[in-house]
This record gives sequence, C-alpha cells and structure tokens, in this order.
Amino acid sequence: MAPDFYRELESHRSYLMRVARLQLRDHALAEDVVQDALTAAIAAQAGYSGKSSVKTWLTGILKHKIIDAIRRKQREPLAASTVDDEGDLEDFDGLFRSNGAWDERPASWGDPEQSLNRRQFFDIMDFCLEKLPPNTARVFIMREVMELDSAEICKELAITANNLWVILYRARMSLRECLQANWFREGSPPT
Amino acid sequence: MNPFKFALGHLVSCKDVSHLISERQERELGRFERWTLAMHLAVCDACMHFERQMQLLREAMRRYRS
Repeated sequence: MAPDFYRELESHRSYLMRVARLQLRDHALAEDVVQDALTAAIAAQAGYSGKSSVKTWLTGILKHKIIDAIRRKQREPLAASTVDDEGDLEDFDGLFRSNGAWDERPASWGDPEQSLNRRQFFDIMDFCLEKLPPNTARVFIMREVMELDSAEICKELAITANNLWVILYRARMSLRECLQANWFREGSPPT
Repeated sequence: MNPFKFALGHLVSCKDVSHLISERQERELGRFERWTLAMHLAVCDACMHFERQMQLLREAMRRYRS
C-alpha cells in the first residue's frame, strides 16, 4: 500500500474528528468512529475511484460510521422538547421589527471568493459551528456536511419535516450572525 | 418606486422571506411562494443580500467537506 495514501488519509483526521464530535457530542465515541472510518478507507482503498477528492470520499465513509454509531447507541429520538430547549423561533424575532422588516438590514458580504479562498475563513466557520446549540449543530452537519436529505434526517432523528426546517433555519440564522460579527465586520472581510 | 411594484413586493415580509429562502433548500416552494419571493427580492436589497449570504453559507459548507 502506498505510504502517500496513508499520509493523505491521516492528514484529514482532524477534520473528521471535528465533524464526528459535532455530530456525536462524545469525544471518545468520535475517536472510535473516525478510527473505524480510516480503517475502512484503507480496506476499501481500491474502491476509491479518484473522481471525488479523498476528503469527500472519507466524509462519505464517516457518514455511514456515524449513522451506525447513532443506531447502535439507540439514542433516544431527538424529542421535540429537546429541540425546543435550544430556543424558539422567537429568538430571531429581535432581528425583525414588529412589521416583519429587518431591524438591521443585511448588507453585502462582497465577493464570496475573497472569503472562501482564505483558510482563516474556515477557522471562523469552525468557531461558529462549535457555538451552535448541540442539536442544532448535529442537524446542520447531517444536512450540509454529511449531505443526508431531509427525509433521511427526519427518519434518523424521529422529527417532523417542519421541525427540521425550523432547526435548519435557526442554524443558518445563527451562523450568519456569527460570520457577520467575526468575519464580515464593518462590511468587509479582515485583511 | 412604482407603488404597484412596491405593493407586490410587500405581500410578504422580510421575515417571511428569510424563512422561504432557507426552506427553499429543503422543499420545493409552491407557485405562489415562488412568485411572492421573486417580487419581494426585486424590491428589497436587504433580502437580496441575505439570499446571497445563504448561498455563500451553502458553498462554504460544500468546500468544508471537499
């Protein structure tokens, strides 16, 4: 086996750990799951077609390992009450006036590439993801990183579609505020 | 601004529009929803910026995982 391939796999370990931790909220379990995923990746090396990046391919393997872990733990379904504990939609009412207009009107974030090409932008993104309430982060990661579709997430977590939309809305609004405050201060990215 | 265009653009509030923009990533919007959203975005630059910000967020997560 090519040592280069090992090194490449290993270089993604910290990214995989971040995703698994956000997802499972259990450091030891996250370590196990990431180790499983890397071991499976080595075993399945021949299955890597090279069409997607190694990172994308690993994310796909990790996704299955995380779902297995969630099922094994027979985690209690994300009860509506748990979700509601993380704040209601009213939390975002402060962003709007009583007539539903923005209180602080969103301004341009400039050229997206200027942010997306910077590594520091993704450090801020990690910071913002860590700041999300636990269940909100789990659902958002399932949707946007693990790329599960709405129906799959609802089934795994035993929540309704409406519930899911509300959680994702909260996640997006929180991340937007966090990025605004920490990256797009005064309308332009830090240089 | 043309008052007719303004009225059409404000059939829904910015708050409603923020929900539609998020939910559009999860479900297909109805015809009326799509129409009111388009009318609103045509007259509201704040929501237009918000929409671009949501696109940036989605693109950022795409790059985050790849």
